[in-house]
Amino acid sequence: MESMEIAGRLQAQFPDQVLDICSFHGQVGVLIQRQQVVDMLRWLRDTPGMQMNHLMDLCGVDNAKKDEPTLQRFEVVYNLYSVPERHSLRIRAQIPEEDPCIDSISSLWAGADWHERECFDLMGISFNGHENMKRILLPEDWQGHPLRKEYPLKGREEWSGMEELLHKVETLQQFGFNDAQNQDNEKT
Amino acid sequence: MTRPVTKTLEIPVADGERNPYSLKMGPQHPATHGVLRVDLELDGETILKCTPHVGYLHRGFDKIAENRTYAQTLILTDRLDYIGAMANNVGYCVAVEQLLGFSVPERAKYIRTMVCEMSRICSHLLWLATHALDIGAMTVFLYCFREREILLDLFEELCGARLTFSYPRIGGVRQDVTRKFIDELQRVIHLFPGRIEEYETLIDTNRIWLKRTVGIGKLSGDKALALGLTGPCLRGSGVDYDIRKHRPYDAYDQMDFEVPLGSDGDIYARYRCRMEELRQSLRILQQCVDMLPPGPVLDKDAPDLVMPLHKNTKGGEADSTSYGTGIIKFMEEQGIYPAGDIYVSTEAPKGELGFYFISDGSARAYRMHIRSPSFIHISALPTIAQGELIADLIANIGSLDVVIGECDR
Amino acid sequence: MMQVLILFIQILVLFAIVMLHVAYATYFERKIIGHMQVRMGPMRVGYHGLLQPIADGIKSFFKEDIIPEQADKAAFRAAPIICLVAMMTSLAVLPFAKGWVLADINIGLLFIFAMSSLASYGVILAGWASNSKFTFLGGMRSMAQVISYEIAMGLSLVGVMMLSGTLNLTEIVEAQGTSFTGMYIFPQILAFFVFCIAMLAETNRVPFDLPEAETELVSGYCTEYSGMRYAIFFMAEYIGMMVMAAIGTICFLGGWNGPFVIPFFPPFWLILKIYVFMFFFIWIRATLPRYRYDQLMELGWKLLIPLALANIVLTGIIKAFTS
Repeated sequence: MESMEIAGRLQAQFPDQVLDICSFHGQVGVLIQRQQVVDMLRWLRDTPGMQMNHLMDLCGVDNAKKDEPTLQRFEVVYNLYSVPERHSLRIRAQIPEEDPCIDSISSLWAGADWHERECFDLMGISFNGHENMKRILLPEDWQGHPLRKEYPLKGREEWSGMEELLHKVETLQQFGFNDAQNQDNEKT
Repeated sequence: MTRPVTKTLEIPVADGERNPYSLKMGPQHPATHGVLRVDLELDGETILKCTPHVGYLHRGFDKIAENRTYAQTLILTDRLDYIGAMANNVGYCVAVEQLLGFSVPERAKYIRTMVCEMSRICSHLLWLATHALDIGAMTVFLYCFREREILLDLFEELCGARLTFSYPRIGGVRQDVTRKFIDELQRVIHLFPGRIEEYETLIDTNRIWLKRTVGIGKLSGDKALALGLTGPCLRGSGVDYDIRKHRPYDAYDQMDFEVPLGSDGDIYARYRCRMEELRQSLRILQQCVDMLPPGPVLDKDAPDLVMPLHKNTKGGEADSTSYGTGIIKFMEEQGIYPAGDIYVSTEAPKGELGFYFISDGSARAYRMHIRSPSFIHISALPTIAQGELIADLIANIGSLDVVIGECDR
Repeated sequence: MMQVLILFIQILVLFAIVMLHVAYATYFERKIIGHMQVRMGPMRVGYHGLLQPIADGIKSFFKEDIIPEQADKAAFRAAPIICLVAMMTSLAVLPFAKGWVLADINIGLLFIFAMSSLASYGVILAGWASNSKFTFLGGMRSMAQVISYEIAMGLSLVGVMMLSGTLNLTEIVEAQGTSFTGMYIFPQILAFFVFCIAMLAETNRVPFDLPEAETELVSGYCTEYSGMRYAIFFMAEYIGMMVMAAIGTICFLGGWNGPFVIPFFPPFWLILKIYVFMFFFIWIRATLPRYRYDQLMELGWKLLIPLALANIVLTGIIKAFTS
């Protein structure tokens, strides 16, 4: 089935949820509201003829620097593929800045678990119903979400864990641990 | 099972309740293939709960890519799956070409297919080596490295680098292959089938190997798909999903090859899949060599390669971006390139390597997301390892074929 | 007084020779396994790396001796010594040739069993005393393994005892006679098979190296050991290999008897046979993957022990009918 056709059927099925359908280089993206994302994806996965059973990718997008006023601040992008039918579709769920959260789809695809954790970690979008919504790539006590557009490329201070480590090195050096430079100085 | 009772550990209560024995494997551990940490809760040696922790190698490629031109990001892809780096380079270039609308000459397509398959062989050889070592067969490790060395020499002949190639360019490849390279590759194609048989005689019919792999780490096809497994791990469970067949890129649509499928979804099935893939890759290589068309290897519209100005020459101060061996010049103005988003995936040795790009028309990606197979494969580890033994966990990590550089990005 | 002094000198000479053998057994292993794995093995120190074991010894002797802060220090220090002493003691009853034995006691075989079990006590103690999770699991595995395989091994040698009617090692060799066909490997082929497998397990060698499986338990029971203490474990393991090889030679391959007598150096054939056994150890190591813990237990209890028992019954029946 053509991607455009699937998008059309999806719109017919959920008319108030689909905001827009756009196409680029033959790939079709469907902009949707976030409320019924689980139902929509389940419909895409389970409907005969669709069978979008492979979640290729899930990631968050920050629209802050895009000059398209119709878009909300955040998006979660689901790239779906059907292994038996060999067609694909992209779902872009809009998420407002005030309340960055969306329902988790880890009940549909167990593999979405870590994708969603990564999205939460780096983009700060939390997923309702996810069992283990914790940071995954960054340390637990990290401040901020690096992939947001306002996040600076270089911070003013070290991460607290690094400070702690440096402090530990300093105290250990008092006891002569791993202090090759001092030893050289003593020799000369 | 009791725990060692010492003055520092808390003494377990003696009311017959079994406390799980918690064991932190990694990030420094010989069998976790890099800096993976797995927290285990054990009952004896049976795993009650297994929690992988990643992120020790997180370098923030997504963020870096947003602040560099497309060509500058290319070198980052070397550092993803550093065992088969060429496949990442090709995957990235294919994605950027589709996004920005560059075309690729035929000859470059064939060369790319060739190097992709070479890196697949490289990666699978290293996988076999470490997987066998994990299970305790030491000799296979060194045999595989012997063959991998030949391939790395070939890569060196091709582009001067052995691990981090950055050989493909957006719009082609950097330079043409030499006669010597083709001759050597022919030799490899004839040499390798015998060598693959050699590995198989060492381990394939070995009773201990079979005992360690058959029926261990079983996954059904549906479950593997739901977990997001791709590549040989998914095909071992019998799901026919190979991007080279489903969405052919480069010259794969011209190639005649088969996709080996397993049925049991256990460690042995994944092992068999990869061994067959080695043979299929050799087949593809032979076809590439036979069918290699003449012509240019870099599209004339591709971004130019600019050699840097040297500080001491009369050109004066080098500008801040021109260092290294040469950079690819992108038009820096806005609105030259099409704006939009695209998801392109390629069949990397480990599985589906996908790039999701959003372009806003400038020379820099607005957003890049890498869908790395290793990341998803590690997330499947708790499901697979639950209820099995420590030794099986090690075998499972090996058979999932994870590289932490790719997982953490 | 004089006798004690002579005995003391004999002990010293044996100790020195065995230690030298241990050092070169490591060289032997590294060279052979190297060539099996398409590489050279040690090449740098001395001609073709001949001085490598000595360099290794010196290196480990001068390395820093690290004892973990949380370890049970007394037990931690004692463990390697127990291993080494137990293994060295069993050398005392081995007859290298007729009359070439330190203590010709009449329960030599039992004594060796006792000592090799004691060595595993050192391993378990090391695992426990290090107060580390990996070493503890290694110690546990070692305990289970030694208990199961000790039985199989003991039972496999019962047939030999029945045929020779003695536990004295010298007499076992003499009972086999000087001819080739007298060797117990022919009537006791089943026992020899069980013995060979149990021997590998008893010395923690591949494919039964679970207590120190490096890809699973880092380095098993000796993870926390370094320097000389680690080297002592290493030595104990190699002496253990030699003792087991010697037992195999004495009980099944006719001990020091060979096709012809070597003048002035009667132990020649014994040592040669021991090295054939060692080669077998190394060959196995280069070829086989590792068993899993439960599979190892299964093999021991479900295959080896019944086989050894069947062998005893068979030997008994044959002996009853032939005599």
